[in-house]
Amino acid sequence: MEQLNKTLERFGGVNLLPVAVALVAFVLIGAPSSWVTLTVAGLAMGMMIFLMASGLSLVFGLMDVLNFGHSAFVSFGAFVAASVLGWLAGWLGSDSVFLNAAAILLAFTAAILFGLIAGWFFETVVIKPVYNDHLRQILITMGALIVSEQIILAVWGGTPMSVPRPQFLEGSVLIGDVANEVYRLFAFVLGLIVYLALYVTLNRTRIGLLVRAGVENREMVEALGFRIDRLFIGVFMAGSALAAMGGAMWAGYETLITPALGAEMMIVVFIVVIIGGLGSVEGTLLGAIMVGLVANYVGFLAPKLALASNMLLMMAILLWRPNGLRPAVK
Amino acid sequence: MTDTDTQGGRIVKLAVLVIAALLLFAPFLFQDIRSLEVAARICVFIVLVASYDLLIGYTGIVSFAHTMFFGFGAYGAAISLKQMGPGWDAVIVGAVAGIAVSVVIAIAIGLLSLRVKAIFFAMITLAAASVAMVLASQLSHFTGGEDGITYRTPDIFKTATKLMVNDEGKVARLFGVKLNGKLAAYYFVFASSLILFTVILRLVGSPIGTVLKAIRENEARAEAIGYRVVAYRTFVFCFAVVIASLAGTIYAIWLKYTGPDTALSFTIMIDILLMVVIGGMGTMWGVVIGATLLVLAQYYLRDLMGSAAEALSDLPLLPYVLDPDRWLFWLGIIFILLVYFFPKGIAGTIAARGSRA
Repeated sequence: MEQLNKTLERFGGVNLLPVAVALVAFVLIGAPSSWVTLTVAGLAMGMMIFLMASGLSLVFGLMDVLNFGHSAFVSFGAFVAASVLGWLAGWLGSDSVFLNAAAILLAFTAAILFGLIAGWFFETVVIKPVYNDHLRQILITMGALIVSEQIILAVWGGTPMSVPRPQFLEGSVLIGDVANEVYRLFAFVLGLIVYLALYVTLNRTRIGLLVRAGVENREMVEALGFRIDRLFIGVFMAGSALAAMGGAMWAGYETLITPALGAEMMIVVFIVVIIGGLGSVEGTLLGAIMVGLVANYVGFLAPKLALASNMLLMMAILLWRPNGLRPAVK
Repeated sequence: MTDTDTQGGRIVKLAVLVIAALLLFAPFLFQDIRSLEVAARICVFIVLVASYDLLIGYTGIVSFAHTMFFGFGAYGAAISLKQMGPGWDAVIVGAVAGIAVSVVIAIAIGLLSLRVKAIFFAMITLAAASVAMVLASQLSHFTGGEDGITYRTPDIFKTATKLMVNDEGKVARLFGVKLNGKLAAYYFVFASSLILFTVILRLVGSPIGTVLKAIRENEARAEAIGYRVVAYRTFVFCFAVVIASLAGTIYAIWLKYTGPDTALSFTIMIDILLMVVIGGMGTMWGVVIGATLLVLAQYYLRDLMGSAAEALSDLPLLPYVLDPDRWLFWLGIIFILLVYFFPKGIAGTIAARGSRA
């Protein structure tokens, strides 16, 4: 048993979990082509959820602040991107890939900019006065979530909004004899790029070093003369921008968005953060991919269970590891 | 209770007494159906919010699943009344079933998450509540889906029931109020709410209540003195959940209808939070004030906003801002401001006046 544990640890320990899930699903599903489709869908979904969740996890790890209003950035990102895409409908319809790409780039940039500004505003106005007071933090960020949901309702209205997709991301490609939606591949690749960028920033730069040190032991870093609170604003803004970008990508994925989007995603984001372990980016990625894969497999194998699958996954993992798969907060 | 010795404390207590008296004589003081509706809602919500205050105010744990347990009680009564027909046996079966489901789920959630940080608990309850909401709308053959369930309640609560007849064989009147089933239903709601509220008061005043406060103030110290924090937390969570479930049953009997909007929706959770925060966390008197104010505002201020918006329809922007649809927006703003500036709520702030602490 011990030998087995050691071998597993050497090959990546809990990181193998998604692989194990995928293998079990492969046996259960039986048909390789639908398995590949589902896996790609799960990975794409996981990557988008990862974008939404990573900021929340980092913010908690660094400053012990849990932002219940985080999902507001997701829905704002989705709606801002959808509006920009709506204005640029002419560019989207054209055959030129360049115009298409420019439109989607602009939409994402708008969402990210909005996320940055909203994140700064949120941090200074809403959260700063209630550092170190969890109860009031939960209440205030919850109140902020209500207000922002109402703002979305007031600005964009309650009716579902359709999101146009650029021409070159429509349709599906055949890999072998397996059809995959282009948008899913795009979402997966984009999410992977963001994760790598985040990874490099956190592990290879001086700022990343400070952030990681801050997560590990805030007082010590402060005692060494670094202004953690300034760093924190930066991390908060970056996290909000990532959430907005995740929302923008989700809008393109769903193609029909409602103001309830934020509340729906919030639950998933929380589950991911809890599964992954608060404060760690790798854990969040792991949790997000697990949730994405399990949601897609279960949706295929037992549609009735699909609703509860996330909850069941979370319960199973918490029973096994009460602090999540890869916790960074001790 | 030390805070009631101050002058402000007496004002708070007086206000609560006035509210209680108004609720007791509500059918005679306000003789229209809408007011009775408001009074019954206030009664039920006082109990519901008091049980929530046990968690958030007295023990310091934040749950977002309180409506879920309220809903279990309501749906338990609704389903059994629908299946078994109107009768007290159905009410009892429904109430017991609601309590049983609530306690089982509460223990499951509690064991999973009460031993870790408060934040995990908040997140997990939120997730559980959303699953319950989706389940209620999905299992439509059982719960009626989005439409909910309508059913008949025991015969004594029918509007046509005559509690007392006068010489002509018609419904007798007392001070101009018909002594019919509606009155019986209201007093059923009032009496059961009063009993539940007294039970909560008793728990808060007992040694257990003191331990709960100790846990809220300093968990490590409470543990060090020898109190098993997890056991106490799980107990108070289960207790609050049972009360919430019973409140749900009472409300289901009063409304004769149960659906996602009246028993499960997240709006109710927001209402509960607002009531606790407006009234003041950690005081039972505050709960009464908070619940009363918010329910009154919901029923009357909203209409006022609507008519104000209409009256000002010529002006720019103002009618848009005052639109009744913006109601939740303003509540959210008020909520945030209250948590910032009056974390003790109305009751706590007034009670602290005149004290030389």
